[in-house]
Amino acid sequence: MTRLAEQPTLNPTLDTPSILIQGATVINPSRQLSDRCDVLISGGRITAVEKNLTREQNMQVIDATGLHISPGFVDLHGHLREPGSGHSETIASGSLAAVAGGYTTVAAMPSTEPVADSPASVRYVMDRASQAGLLRVLPISALTKEMQGKQLCDLAALRDAGAVAAADVMRTITDTQVLRRAMQYTRTLNLPIFLHAEDPALSAVGLMHEGPVSLRLGLTGIPRSAESTIVARDAQLALETGARVHFCHISNAESVEVLRFYRGLISTRNSPASLTADVTPHHLTLTDESVDGGKEKDVSNWGGRYATNAKVKPPLCAEDDRTALVQGLADGTIDCICTDHAPHYPASKDTLFELAPFGIIGYESALAALHTALVTTGQWTPERLIEKLTTAPAAVLGGNWGTMDVGAPADITLLDLESRYTFDENDLHSKSRNCPWLGQQMTSRCAATFCSGNPVYAQIDVFPDGLFCTRGDS
Amino acid sequence: MTHGRADQTPPGTGRFPHRHLLGVETLSRNDIALLLDTAQSFKSKLVAHPKDRLDHLKGRTLVNLFFENSTRTRTSFEVAACRLGADVINFDVGTSSVAKGETLVDTAETIEALGADFIVMRHRASGACEYLSRQVRGSLINAGDGAHEHPTQALLDVLTIREAIGRVEGVKVAIVGDALHSRVARSVIWALTKLGARVTVAGPPTLVPFEFKTFGVRVSHDFDEATHNAEVVYLLRIQQERQSGAFLPSLSEYRALYGMDTDRLATLGAGTLIMHPGPVNRGVEVTRDVMHAPQSRILGQVTNGVAVRMAVLTVLSEATPVQELVV
Repeated sequence: MTRLAEQPTLNPTLDTPSILIQGATVINPSRQLSDRCDVLISGGRITAVEKNLTREQNMQVIDATGLHISPGFVDLHGHLREPGSGHSETIASGSLAAVAGGYTTVAAMPSTEPVADSPASVRYVMDRASQAGLLRVLPISALTKEMQGKQLCDLAALRDAGAVAAADVMRTITDTQVLRRAMQYTRTLNLPIFLHAEDPALSAVGLMHEGPVSLRLGLTGIPRSAESTIVARDAQLALETGARVHFCHISNAESVEVLRFYRGLISTRNSPASLTADVTPHHLTLTDESVDGGKEKDVSNWGGRYATNAKVKPPLCAEDDRTALVQGLADGTIDCICTDHAPHYPASKDTLFELAPFGIIGYESALAALHTALVTTGQWTPERLIEKLTTAPAAVLGGNWGTMDVGAPADITLLDLESRYTFDENDLHSKSRNCPWLGQQMTSRCAATFCSGNPVYAQIDVFPDGLFCTRGDS
Repeated sequence: MTHGRADQTPPGTGRFPHRHLLGVETLSRNDIALLLDTAQSFKSKLVAHPKDRLDHLKGRTLVNLFFENSTRTRTSFEVAACRLGADVINFDVGTSSVAKGETLVDTAETIEALGADFIVMRHRASGACEYLSRQVRGSLINAGDGAHEHPTQALLDVLTIREAIGRVEGVKVAIVGDALHSRVARSVIWALTKLGARVTVAGPPTLVPFEFKTFGVRVSHDFDEATHNAEVVYLLRIQQERQSGAFLPSLSEYRALYGMDTDRLATLGAGTLIMHPGPVNRGVEVTRDVMHAPQSRILGQVTNGVAVRMAVLTVLSEATPVQELVV
């Protein structure tokens, strides 16, 4: 995986002073470490994770008492909207939103205008990410030209330009033969294919999950089979071709079952195929009731009934689906959590439900939404949550991120897990506001983010006098 | 239980804790009873003095905002408002580009400038009334939004049932037809179940999904089973285009399985009411003979329609101050 090491990284200047972070609890999933430790950063890398490190001259010190430190979060699915829709998000604004949410590595989907289906467009994303200079942006290229599902892109050239995966995102390749050839072809490139499973004939004009809520609201439903039949088809193709495929945003219990079946088959047959999958924070924490305003019928921010901020593809499903996704993540059927950060400029969501675009922004709400729903309720430990946001997504691409091992790039996130607050749209750094958790009580927030040793984000309430000043009675 | 940003405004001292009438689902049994009782008293006045004008809504303005055509419902609201002394503006939206979402916001601003106390709205999109209700100061009355609800139609139908049978509680009702696409079906189901009727919804599985059980009704796919011992058979319109979506093989097959003709009428009790919200597809869901049978309440519910709409306007007006004209 040397190729991945060549990904754009931030270059700390060599004379940057070392940073000593004291007093926090370190959660490092790659070592099963969860203990009170100090962390030393030098030359952009982690140089020590030990108890009671000695403060030396030239060291900058951060008082992180009461906080947790984890590897920087890794996301494999975001729409940064540049080029083409800079009013919704840019690579710069998306980068800021990502580091504010604790992410230090994010993948950018090719769903731009024009579609990222050429080496030049892939390099453009990397250049713009370098200019923003906040975190590592991994470009994902289209799989077929203009994502039309007909002609394959020059996949070797795209890989060499820096694409970490290929995906016709937001749509399924309906020509099964094209997808099968793509799987055969990419095997030798070791380029994973990211798949969006949705049968367009079944989802058709559907606006939300098909069930009692869609019936009540009189909105056309999307059945579970719109996703699960395509997961089955594509898993079968992967098994046959030995391809490396990753299913994005698995959303319902049926798809989890199909995935579990095919992962079992691959294992018992010793198939060279590799199946991985992710699930979003919204599918893990919300249901289709959110479209009807949730239990509280919250009316803030295009909530209430017909809440356009809960309009997303794949749709939010029933409670049984949500618990199946949580279970699937726990037993390894689903590998990791990815946001599917999908910004849409505010006015586009302030409209009739059927006219609003599908999508939810996720970078800045992922930690808090998951922590509030799964950790605060005692279902998950913080360690499990951190693993699914760091080492687990990194492993899908085989990257050396998402770890705090000595020698790794100092991509780390300081977490204030005790924090309780109302999630407010003014806290968002994204250009868009399409977030279903706005106005809700949340626990935990990102306190500060470091990418390659550079402080790229600090939360003002946690560090009111700056990152390197002594904090009050924390 | 209330919904919508507007409903957060204290509704005042009225007996009816809602500023808008967006659907029947969000009404309580008492809310529905209040509307029916008020409608009943208006009906008595209408029957006794058909030409009398009342002054309950003097100085108030009603705007009819119909993005889909409906002469019947629009006229009924217009008559109801005039009888109560309100001014009526028929806002001309027709079938033009106004039906788009962005324009809906612009339309709302215009209506606000007119000082509308009531906006009666019909729109092809489910949730359109909910959306517009958050943009206006007056009361929004849903006259049909997509496949969601059509509350005043349901109220007038329930009034008709209550008049004919003398009660709604415990009455056995079979609703037959395309419930999936029907806003009337949803409103009628909510109204009937809240008042304690025993409701069965019947039709082909493609048009009557089993999830209707979550509305508190029985689901059946057999006409005879569903209508057995029914005191009311409520037929729904079958639209021609359902064949193209593979919901139905053909209208003739639908007629054979679920169409109401004199043979099927003969299997029902002599007192069984036959109802239909209109407009009727004659010869598909119901034959001409049945329409004109003595048990039929398909035609001639005009007075109940006006009375129910007078009740809705009056009850809503109790909670809201008169809106100022913005010049």
